[in-house]
Amino acid sequence: MKEKNIMGVIVSLLISLILAAPLPAAELSIEVTNLTHGIYFTPLLITAHDSATHLFQGGTPASSSLRLMAECGDVSELIIDLGGEDADTVANPAGGLLAPGSSVSASIDTMSTGNTHLSLVAMLLPTNDGFIGLDSLPIPDAAGVYVFHINGYDAGTEENSELLDTTGCSPGMPGIPAAPGGDGGTGGSGVASTDSNTAVHIHRGNLGDTEAAGGVSDLDSRIHRWLNPVARVTITVQ
Amino acid sequence: MKRIVGSRLTGAVVFLMAFALLSGCDNNGGVIPVSDAIYLITVTNMTSNQPLSPLAAVIHFGGYTGWEIGTSSSTGLESLAEGGDPTDFLAGAAGNSNVQVISAGSGVILPGASDTVTLTTAESPDLRLTCAAMLVNTNDAFTGTTDVVVGDIGIGESRRIFLHPYDAGTEVNDEAASTVPGPAAGGEGFNAERLERDFVSAHSGVVTQDDGLGTSVLDESHRFLSPVAEIIVTRIQ
Repeated sequence: MKEKNIMGVIVSLLISLILAAPLPAAELSIEVTNLTHGIYFTPLLITAHDSATHLFQGGTPASSSLRLMAECGDVSELIIDLGGEDADTVANPAGGLLAPGSSVSASIDTMSTGNTHLSLVAMLLPTNDGFIGLDSLPIPDAAGVYVFHINGYDAGTEENSELLDTTGCSPGMPGIPAAPGGDGGTGGSGVASTDSNTAVHIHRGNLGDTEAAGGVSDLDSRIHRWLNPVARVTITVQ
Repeated sequence: MKRIVGSRLTGAVVFLMAFALLSGCDNNGGVIPVSDAIYLITVTNMTSNQPLSPLAAVIHFGGYTGWEIGTSSSTGLESLAEGGDPTDFLAGAAGNSNVQVISAGSGVILPGASDTVTLTTAESPDLRLTCAAMLVNTNDAFTGTTDVVVGDIGIGESRRIFLHPYDAGTEVNDEAASTVPGPAAGGEGFNAERLERDFVSAHSGVVTQDDGLGTSVLDESHRFLSPVAEIIVTRIQ
């Protein structure tokens, strides 16, 4: 008899706890600003998900989907991993590259999914396999404006040769697919031939050189270097 | 949504079971016992090619700090930042009455690798964390964080903290083979001699021979930007 009573109390308490639990934030506006001087962002992927999901994690080898994004700027496989675009997964809000100094906004709605965490990625150009990354940020519950500064990562999947090869891009193909500012060089001998940290890590930055033709790098050290943070993410919770 | 409801249910069940257990043995005579908090500190090396020396980790109250920007390093920090040895840094901490518990990591943390240190002490909302490790392919660069409150982390919760590189300011950054102790060089570690400009600052990074410092033993792979590591602080009890 006593046991039965306790079970009844537990069940009613459980129901009241579930009803009383705060609803996850529903409508979010997310603004991404490219803080760099001379680095472009490829089409962004912005997604809300549960606490167990990660597009990437520092110290963990990149997935093949992340590699495709970091080496070629292609988020299509990451979108497939996430189950497709929906109310809280948005791709390419800028309709192309996000230039240095530019901003773009996207809106997502987690009402139908109940998702609680936010991730964001885009490739850094020109780099071999650099990307901007926000890994599984708990979405603030209270309405307000929240500002985060995020860093440049290295996917650890391709050596940082800093050599341009605009003939195409596929994962595992060496070279940087584009220097969108039209400020790349030619004929470099190659900066690095190995990547000693093959897990995702913080990018050490481009080396570059000051020779348009020749030198070690096809990048310009006066234009293509950066310091962290590389992007500002402003989250407005309605 | 399913997952969230599931975790809320589990959490509620655990909470109620704990409540039932506590109310079943209410014989403490009104004295609330102080229980231990257990923290896991997991550090991940986020650099390209800078192994980190074994982590020094300290849980303490206000009144202790591992270093201060603009102030000269303790001998223990100098030894950690020049030679990668946490022993004197931890001994210095242990001698401070505001320090609760100290621990050293299990060994060198290679780029991309992680190490976890467990620290147990009486729970308090005022507990703070200090930790430090050397970037070994440098003269006297270290990373870490000092005096950051962790007592507000709930049981089962985690907090991620990015760690920035600092310069102990005790040794000239000549990047010479004779003065860099890590695998890039195998040079001298700790040397008690101090620079005239003797204070802790943010680190400005390494130059390397690939960027024009011909006498540097380092190459471009040893360069780093901030942050150089991340720690996940998890309170498990």
